[in-house]
Formats: sequence, C-alpha cells, structure tokens
Amino acid sequence: MPSIALLYDHPRWEEKAILQALKDIGADARLLHVETTPLRIGEPCCPIDLALERSVSFSNAVSTAFAVESWGVKVLNPGTVIYLAGDKVATLSLLASHRVPVPETTVLSGSNRINGSLPPGPPWVVKPVIGSWGRMVARARDLEELEQLLSYKEAARGLYSRIHLVQEYIEKPGRDIRVFTLGDRVVAAIYRVSSHWITNTSRGARAEPAPVTGEIEDLALRAAEALGGGFLGVDLLEDPERGLLVNEVNAVPEFKNTVRVTGVRVHMEVAGYAVEEARR
Amino acid sequence: MAKCPVCGLEVRIPEDAMPGELIEHDCGTLLEVVEDNGVLQLRVFEGDMEDWGE
Repeated sequence: MPSIALLYDHPRWEEKAILQALKDIGADARLLHVETTPLRIGEPCCPIDLALERSVSFSNAVSTAFAVESWGVKVLNPGTVIYLAGDKVATLSLLASHRVPVPETTVLSGSNRINGSLPPGPPWVVKPVIGSWGRMVARARDLEELEQLLSYKEAARGLYSRIHLVQEYIEKPGRDIRVFTLGDRVVAAIYRVSSHWITNTSRGARAEPAPVTGEIEDLALRAAEALGGGFLGVDLLEDPERGLLVNEVNAVPEFKNTVRVTGVRVHMEVAGYAVEEARR
Repeated sequence: MAKCPVCGLEVRIPEDAMPGELIEHDCGTLLEVVEDNGVLQLRVFEGDMEDWGE
C-alpha cells in the first residue's frame, strides 16, 4: 500500500477522520505537523507517495503544499489549486473564462473605485479577496454605505486591503448548496440553510442533505475542472432567474456536518481516492 | 490530565489528541496541544487565526 502523508496544522474532526480512514484501508498513513516540521525545498523529509493537504491556515496550506510538491510528490490538493481557490478574484476569473456562471462582480482598485461599472444593485456584497468562513463579508444597501465599507476596509491596511470585490446581491431561497467533488465525480451535496443572508455553516447555517441533480453535478464538476480538480467544496447559489451560479470554491473543505446529515462517509471517499492517485 | 496554564484547573487531553489540536477550556482559554519528548502537553494558543478557513 502507498505511503500517504497528512499535512496539517490544527487538526479538526475531518483530519482525524481521514487519518483513521487511511489506516482502515491499509495505507501507510503518516502525520506531518507542518508547524513543527521544517520542509526543505527539493529535499524530502521522508519517503511518501502522496500528501493530503489539510492545513486550516490558508498560508500554511499553500506554502506547505508547494514545498512538498518540490519533492516530486503529488499533493491533494496542489498548491496552485489551493491558491486559486483561496483568492476569490482568481477563482471568479478562472470560472468565468471557462464559461461557468458566476455572480456579476467588479474588482475595484484604490481610490479610482466607483465609476459606474458596478454590478447590478444596490444592494451589493463586498468581500475580501482572501477570506473564509464568511468573515469580512458585508452588504451595502446604497452607494453611501458602499463607500463607507470600502473606506473601512482600506483603513485596515492589510494585504489586498485596497482591492475591493463588489458583487451583485443574489436573492437566495434561504440557503445555498455545498457540493463536494472528488476527481471527476460528486460525492455529496448539502443545503446550508439560514435566515441570514450569509449561509456559511461556520456562521450558524443548518446543514441538510441536498439531491445531486444532473445540473448540480455538471456545474460543480465544471467548476472543479476549471480550478484544477482534486477534492473541492463548490458553493452554488440559486438565482431566481438565471438558475445555479458558482459562488466560491474551497480547496480544504470541512465536511463533518455533511457526513452527519447525508451519511456519506466523505473521509473514506477521500482516503480511497488518495490511494488511487498515489498508485497512478 | 493536564493543567490549564491560566486557571490551574485540570484539563482532560483526549486520547486521540494530536499536536496542534486546539481545546477550549472552561475558563475561556484556548489551549493548544504540544508534544514535548513524546509527551502531550498544553500551552495557551498564541497563533493568528486571520487566514483560517476552508
């Protein structure tokens, strides 16, 4: 059986479940705690056939995936996929260029920001270029609020603080859809239900099983392929007029609630896929 | 059992705990599991969660 390393920083239920699944199917599972293990570029720390990147920190995930890839080892997901999925402008750009429907979005840079090229609105949704769990996502109900939000964001002086991602506000039916793709197939989907317009489960949304329709499957797989494939969480919005739109793609997705409500053992699917990929 | 470095009360480290794992103690302190010479211990988590997520 192949030797598979689990790259992690702060283990959650998901990482423990994947580790156990790897052991259950007989893989030589190794833990690689990236915050206490120096990773030398081009010099493997240990003989492994494949690595599963599961760091919760975006910067840890990107950097350590690239470092391990320098050993000639396949990483699931690769550093490029993690980076492209983590940068919302890069994600939307790739999706749009692959003709995957996305919410209308404008990228504004610096002080020359509002010049009539905004997406339909108000309201508008303002998002950080890099961010997760629905943090720093806000809704502006008019131009004045939008200006204020952008000013506050710029005052923070962080990386990308002067790049603004402004999207049309989609009137969702009180939910969005999270679809898990693994290679060229969909393994599970859930509705994330909330009375709040932000429907991340980390913000209190309730997970419910969702049917994987042909349309959901097709769109999620097209989005996954555009980003580079692997194990991804594709977030879909249901627009009342245009149908399904791809909102975001997550490259280190959480799936504890999905296992609970769907019964699909996503961790077993991931472990099995990792072994298949390691043998290729 | 380990002791919370802030309040001094006992904290149970789960049997399947791994280095880096975070445990929120009853006193409100976020603790991180660390390994020292093969022994799991606890320290106050001082990391930055700014770019955490999925």
